[in-house]
Amino acid sequence: MSWKENLVSGTNFDPDSLNALQKVTLRAVVMAFLFYGLVAIEGMIMRMVETGKEVAPIPEMFFHPDHFFSIMTAHPIVGIFGSTYQLVFGAFTFLVPYLTKKPLYSIKLANWTWGLITAGTAMAWFAAFAWHYAPLYTLYWPLPVDTRQFSEVGGIVFIVGVALIMFGTFGFIYNIYATIFARVGVHKDKTTKELLISGFGVDGMLNLMNKLRGKPPYSKEPALALPVVAIFRGTVDTFLDAVVILGAGILVLIYLIADLGGLHWDMNAIDALLYKNWFWWGLDLVADGLVLIYVAGSWYLLATLITGQKLFMENVARAALMLELLVSWMVWSHHLLSDQPQPEMMKLISGEMVTAFELLTQGLALFITLVTLWKARPLKMTMELKYLLGGLVGFGLAVPAGIIQADMGLNRVLHNTQWIIGAHVHIAIIVGLYMTLYSAVYVLWPIVTNNTKLYSHKLSNLHFWLHLIGGIGMGAFMGMAGLDGMLRRHLYVHGEFNPLMIFAAICGTMLLAAWAIFLYNIVMSVGIKGLVGIFMPAKDPTPSYGIDEELEPADDPAFAK
Amino acid sequence: MTFSNSLELLSFHWVVYTIYAFMIISIVAWFGYNLGRKEKAKSIVRIPFYGYMAFLVIMGVGHHIFTYNAIPWVSQDIMRHNIKPDARYNIEVDNHKWRLPKLPIVVQCGQTIAFDVTSDDLTYGFGLFRQDRTMVMQMQVDPGHNNDIYWTFNHNGDFDLTSTEYSGPKQYDEEGNDLMFVKHFMKVVGCEKGGKQ
Repeated sequence: MSWKENLVSGTNFDPDSLNALQKVTLRAVVMAFLFYGLVAIEGMIMRMVETGKEVAPIPEMFFHPDHFFSIMTAHPIVGIFGSTYQLVFGAFTFLVPYLTKKPLYSIKLANWTWGLITAGTAMAWFAAFAWHYAPLYTLYWPLPVDTRQFSEVGGIVFIVGVALIMFGTFGFIYNIYATIFARVGVHKDKTTKELLISGFGVDGMLNLMNKLRGKPPYSKEPALALPVVAIFRGTVDTFLDAVVILGAGILVLIYLIADLGGLHWDMNAIDALLYKNWFWWGLDLVADGLVLIYVAGSWYLLATLITGQKLFMENVARAALMLELLVSWMVWSHHLLSDQPQPEMMKLISGEMVTAFELLTQGLALFITLVTLWKARPLKMTMELKYLLGGLVGFGLAVPAGIIQADMGLNRVLHNTQWIIGAHVHIAIIVGLYMTLYSAVYVLWPIVTNNTKLYSHKLSNLHFWLHLIGGIGMGAFMGMAGLDGMLRRHLYVHGEFNPLMIFAAICGTMLLAAWAIFLYNIVMSVGIKGLVGIFMPAKDPTPSYGIDEELEPADDPAFAK
Repeated sequence: MTFSNSLELLSFHWVVYTIYAFMIISIVAWFGYNLGRKEKAKSIVRIPFYGYMAFLVIMGVGHHIFTYNAIPWVSQDIMRHNIKPDARYNIEVDNHKWRLPKLPIVVQCGQTIAFDVTSDDLTYGFGLFRQDRTMVMQMQVDPGHNNDIYWTFNHNGDFDLTSTEYSGPKQYDEEGNDLMFVKHFMKVVGCEKGGKQ
């Protein structure tokens, strides 16, 4: 097949052979990777700016504070919501019906989910681009309503965009729980109570207790598979997080609309510290709840799929996911260790001690995954296994980096530095989370695309190494600059922290190149026709995969009953 | 073991974390290599599950116990309401402008200084930096609250001040220069070389 034919038609991909569930999954995944490209370009612009005007071959406009900080504001919105959320939601929208052997509650709702998140992300990005609305993702009160610096219209567009993302998120949550609690198929005879007990991991805990007391297990075959339990648990945090972000958005929106109407309300009517606590409680559920729980669940799933064996210490893993949920609700104070009016007891208990538990829960997930793999050796070093190991390395680096900074002594000199965003956040997301997600992409690829042949394994390998080295390298050099005093939400225009910033930019370029290679490989596999075909209505409306014909529960009278 | 300033702490941290980073990467690489080998590798060490869990607990809790004892500003921070500082400086910030006492502030070696910073509008940061840009210390400045920090200076130095928290693009001029940056904000004098009085 010629290069041109490949580009147009792909290898053997046929979008018409996909059912509705496969198509809606792929739509979210495509949008996720397009947003990933945008976020990588934004990141590279900021990395280049930090190398200084004298070095960076980019237009002067990027060095202007309005422009620079509007990119910094859009960057995490596009990265976390536009890309990561979409990728995770897309994968779980497929996996929950696949693993529970039940149809997805509603394909329509799944389409609304990716559509709303895409539209919302685009709106928030546009607000930053067109009006330079730049309060950053932290939205520290009263900065988002500071109309001396920002346009009201820009703020309103931004907040409406974020609200759309949250509505899309609610759609995903509803779809997932409605599917899990649907008493059809294998769950026909299960009660809601049994599904709840399994979803929260209580059965795992009872099994452990019974084992210690020498009694038979509470449940030999838990109602829900372990990865579904992780999705169930992580989605609780996704919901709480969406409620908090939406609440903050409404508050900001009310102030901005009032300002537009000529009413200049007192910004000090809202206590900045209380707001910060509340907002960080919600935001932290993304990082310490949603990500860690979803990731643990994904590791367990990938380890079992790759090895074809049962998970090592499954009951402990189930119980640990419950612990992780509780821990994730109580750790937000580690973001406020440098806030002097924050009560010391909250810093000590929530900020330090409970946060340290994440070392335990994530360490446990790492251990269980590694032992499951180890017991199944020899294993073929497939792309999915490589990426899984890369994901383990990412969290192996990033979680201890986070625990180190969640300390009253070290936080005094690390807070708001590049250490936080480089060594901790970027390594966690780019290396830990994304490599786990790439592993899932490679595992699910034949299932979701009906055995489409990948264009090039060499390109897949190149993508892997560039992403791994670029991700770790960029995070490491940013972290080193942080230790040298470089701040994270600050503009440096004279290359004050070179050569570290030059090295970080080189590694960032590797990441961008990795994405371009991955995209090229995928486009050459599915073809441009196939890519367009993914967004065309599905001829086969089946909302499930691997089970006999099912009615979509929303249209099923038995389900409604 | 006690760190007398942030430079010592950050150097120590750099070394320890770098060793750890290479260790974890090597372990997973070794692990990955052996996963694919037909002849089964013998475990170098057998890690008992509960031993591993105990190790994680000790690391998590021990880290804080270590820093509490080795980093002097932790206990000083927690107990600051019972400490009488050698000098207190009240600083205000509003609309990206500091209202500062007469500069430079001159501090004698070993003195404990209280900085009390209040903001009238936005959330800012208060951070001191050496001439090589390394950080001495920082805190957040929440509007409508008293933000106080006590700091004992054990080394001579000439420190600059800037806001360590983003408070909007108006912190900078059009060229990207930081308008809240205060050169030679304070000087510490009277210490011997190496940081002793």
